[in-house]
Amino acid sequence: MSEVFTGFWVVGYREFLRLLRERARLASAFVTPLLLLVIFGAGFNRIVAPLDGQVDLVQFMFPGIVCMSVLMTALFSGLSVVWDREVGFLKVVLVAPLSRVGIALGKTAAGSGVGLFQGLLLMILAPFIGLSIGLIALVTLLPLLFVLAVTLSAIGIFVGSQMRSQQAFHGVVEILIVPMVFFSGVFFPVDKVPTWLGILAKLNPLTYGVDAIRQVILNARYSASFESTLSAKGGVDLGVTVFGHRMSVWEDALVVSIFGLIVLVMAARSFNRQGT
Amino acid sequence: MFHDMDAIVVEKLGKQFGKISAVQDVSFTVHEGELFGFLGPNGAGKTTTINILCTLLRPTSGQARINGFDVMQQRSQVRRSIGLVFQGPTLDEYLTGFENLRFHAYAYSIPAPERDERMRELLQLVELWDRRNDRVRTYSGGMRRRLELARGLLTRPRVLFLDEPTLGLDPQTRRRIWEYILEMRRREGMAVFLTTHYLDEAEHCDRVGIIDHGSIVELDTPDRLKDLIGGDIVSLRVEDEERALMELRGRFGLEPAVFDNTIQFNVPHADQFLPEFIREFSLPLQAVSLRRPTLEDVFLKLTGHAIRDEASADSIPTPARRL
Repeated sequence: MSEVFTGFWVVGYREFLRLLRERARLASAFVTPLLLLVIFGAGFNRIVAPLDGQVDLVQFMFPGIVCMSVLMTALFSGLSVVWDREVGFLKVVLVAPLSRVGIALGKTAAGSGVGLFQGLLLMILAPFIGLSIGLIALVTLLPLLFVLAVTLSAIGIFVGSQMRSQQAFHGVVEILIVPMVFFSGVFFPVDKVPTWLGILAKLNPLTYGVDAIRQVILNARYSASFESTLSAKGGVDLGVTVFGHRMSVWEDALVVSIFGLIVLVMAARSFNRQGT
Repeated sequence: MFHDMDAIVVEKLGKQFGKISAVQDVSFTVHEGELFGFLGPNGAGKTTTINILCTLLRPTSGQARINGFDVMQQRSQVRRSIGLVFQGPTLDEYLTGFENLRFHAYAYSIPAPERDERMRELLQLVELWDRRNDRVRTYSGGMRRRLELARGLLTRPRVLFLDEPTLGLDPQTRRRIWEYILEMRRREGMAVFLTTHYLDEAEHCDRVGIIDHGSIVELDTPDRLKDLIGGDIVSLRVEDEERALMELRGRFGLEPAVFDNTIQFNVPHADQFLPEFIREFSLPLQAVSLRRPTLEDVFLKLTGHAIRDEASADSIPTPARRL
């Protein structure tokens, strides 16, 4: 057990040190969400007319954009594993008496930490697009974003542990990003879509993350007035329904967590099988 | 129950990569405190053996114990009791030399007071104390190797693995690295398992295993390996090779061989044999030379090819590549 903890903090600590050292990475951690902030806050809102008096398209998409930002950062954090392999440092880590679960956790913590930070930073944008996020909503969002960031980061670490070169890693992650973003409800609801697309969306952990975070951010308006407005227009349920059951915030979070746990175990097993 | 325990015990070790067997039926023992070397060309299975012994690779057959711990069943204990210097670079260039060592100390849970003292001692030994707060990316190839040596010893391992420790370094740096290795061994008394394709490095070893195509061809002390040659090596140059060969075989009972216009034969105590031979030999001699056999001769005799055949490019030491 102590080897799990040591692995977790030693590996995480080094990632943190490196983040502080590499100015480009540190800058991108701040700049990426700020860029989204500027684009959405200043530009986008003016060209899209409100859907109704209360919720417009930008407000609908905002939680999805937050999740997308977390997704990018978390998935690409797996690059650090490929990098470590290329410079030989991974061998030193793997030959140390550290639990493989601990190593996977440490790497995941680093990626999800930055992702979580960016997600929270984006909340500053909310008032500018007419959303007010109260203290309670913010406290609720924290664990939700955390769980999502950890799960997505674990996916990145797992992919990283399987790849031998940075090019291969980029290729695989880019293939993952497009379906994960588009089949997740960021841009359009995932119910009432063709069956195959619906199935894909429901296998996508991001779908549940987006749903949970959207439910919290848009709270009452999400289920009540906003949906009735849309229902009147075309009868679309914006939430996620699994086997006829409408997912609540905490059920969403549970699905994301289970997904994350499975990927973490896969990543740890992958480290265990590493040769060189 | 652990008295007189051997540092490394390897029994019938084998490793297959698909259809290729990188290591086959390798058995050997390294005693406590011994400096043991694997000598062989690139691709002979040296690094594969190290990777199995340090738990990075699982063998496909056989077994191995390090300090009494099984490399398959007791991986954590094995990892705790060994130190490593890998063949390629393995440092985090974005961290300082000090931070690289400290990461290692944290990973092996070395208690704080001991950690600081040990880091200071080793950094001073490899003469990097003054540069400890510089990032590794500013270090030269030799400095990096020294830092890796210090890191390998940080945990006071009872077995230190050195995989081609001077590969790619210039001759002066190589010599200095060896001074550090021998000094460390004198101070700490750990067993050292070394792989190399440099013959002069194998000379430092207490015992050498000659490895080729994944198997150990011969294993003994450097002196006794040289005895396999059957004495010193005498080279002759003569006008008429045919007659000279006949005379050497007939009159002197030797087994000469010809390499590039030079006749070679082995004879014990050649320093005493030569004066008499020169007097007695009937043909005019153009040149005569005598030398003690080297491990190169042993390698050639045992494997039928020179160690540099496959490694001619990197057997000439070149300065480490820096970016």
